[in-house]
Amino acid sequence: MNYLHNIGKYFLMIKEMFRKPTKWSVMKHLILKDIDDLIISSLGIVAFIAFFVGGVVTIQTALNITNPLIPKYLVGFATRQSIILEFAPTFISIIMAGKVGSFITSSIGTMRVTEQIDALEVMGINSLNYLVFPKVIALMLYPFAISIAIFLGIIGGMAACVYGGFTTLEDYITGVQLDFIPFHLSYAFIKTFVFAFLLATIPSFHGYYMKGGALEVGKASTTSFVWTSVMIILLNYILTQMLLS
Amino acid sequence: MIIVKDLYKSFGEAHILKGISTTFEKGKTNLIIGASGSGKTVFIKCLLGLFPYEKGCISYDGKIFSDLTENQKRDLRAKIGMLFQGGALFDSMTIAENVMFPLRMFTKQSKSEMEDRVNFVLKRVNLADAHNKMPSEASGGMQKRAAIARAIVNNPKYLFCDEPNSGLDPKTAIVIDNLIQEITDEYQIITVINSHDMNSVMEIGEKIIFLIDGVKVWQGSKETIFKTDNEAVTNFVYSSDLMKKVRQMYIEERQ
Repeated sequence: MNYLHNIGKYFLMIKEMFRKPTKWSVMKHLILKDIDDLIISSLGIVAFIAFFVGGVVTIQTALNITNPLIPKYLVGFATRQSIILEFAPTFISIIMAGKVGSFITSSIGTMRVTEQIDALEVMGINSLNYLVFPKVIALMLYPFAISIAIFLGIIGGMAACVYGGFTTLEDYITGVQLDFIPFHLSYAFIKTFVFAFLLATIPSFHGYYMKGGALEVGKASTTSFVWTSVMIILLNYILTQMLLS
Repeated sequence: MIIVKDLYKSFGEAHILKGISTTFEKGKTNLIIGASGSGKTVFIKCLLGLFPYEKGCISYDGKIFSDLTENQKRDLRAKIGMLFQGGALFDSMTIAENVMFPLRMFTKQSKSEMEDRVNFVLKRVNLADAHNKMPSEASGGMQKRAAIARAIVNNPKYLFCDEPNSGLDPKTAIVIDNLIQEITDEYQIITVINSHDMNSVMEIGEKIIFLIDGVKVWQGSKETIFKTDNEAVTNFVYSSDLMKKVRQMYIEERQ
């Protein structure tokens, strides 16, 4: 019953988020600040992980192709498919649930504990619109981070492949270009938009409705990470079933 | 005027407020006193609409709070200044930005007009040099004064203070008390203060309400609290030897 109650509360929070919008002159600063906090500050870790995991995917694929009849350029093909379809949108989103999600939960949770949210409400400000809406808008730029992850993942794979001596640069590039289906990119970005919405709203929900003190802020961050990851994985399955099968 | 009639509030099985009725008048500092857990903070949060109440009625200048739509409630709240126990300043903003915040949200003033107003109120609370300090860099007293500045910057009609002196040294506490009383007189606002501090009660309590377990057991002023025979009030207010001596001296002086 508690789960149902929280699901209902989550959707009511989303509805309330759109009521009585904050003045645009204030909101635009909040959005820009959240773009900086949530997207720009995450680019470093996204780039680092994408590059090296791209390399690892390539090495493992190359090492597992032992049959001499399988052409070597399939290493590039497998790397591209893994990165575009799964690694960049899903794997990076789970990492972002830890980084961005816990930041959102702890910052909103701390505001709850220190009565800053009450202060907003007493002033007559829709605190959900003020706090959560800019994060949703800022995270609509999340596909930009995923584009970088796709690009660097493929480059990382190329570096590992060529410098590790698994295949030639020409073979890798041939594989990357082989049988490219543009819809796969659309699929990746559709997933990314859905995950971006989850990344903004689930951690906000856990921070906004938390009760207690500093210890509970930490617990709320952990819970929000778990639930954001669970929902990303669940929706990843549903979206894949809907869009690719 | 704020009129409260027969207010009831519970959390599950716990009955916190049990039929409180009172009025708060313009230009007066109204103090709500009582032991910890007596329902003071819940009462003030019900007045502000932060907690919904089960039964009773709260009206602000004739407008019944529960009859207002969400948007009307928010419009009313824009006329309310609130000083929270911990100050509740926004961590990500400087003191000047915190004070300017209600102006940015609710007025169409130009930047220079807002800056003039912020300078004026910060000077009014003796924080003229603290514009660029972050709340974490300010002392407890400075944070409280900055929070008062934020509460009054938009000329509120109602000012609520939740334990304004908690955690402050006696000297700073007196500064805060005097500031609240001066502001109340100067702008003729309705001020409601929630306090444990007996010094505040004696200094600025123009109207005092005493709560025990969510029930209003006594109502009076800083003058009448010395003379009252109400045992619950005397046990609470004059629990320390110092306060007993103060009362004794006051009674002897009057005789």
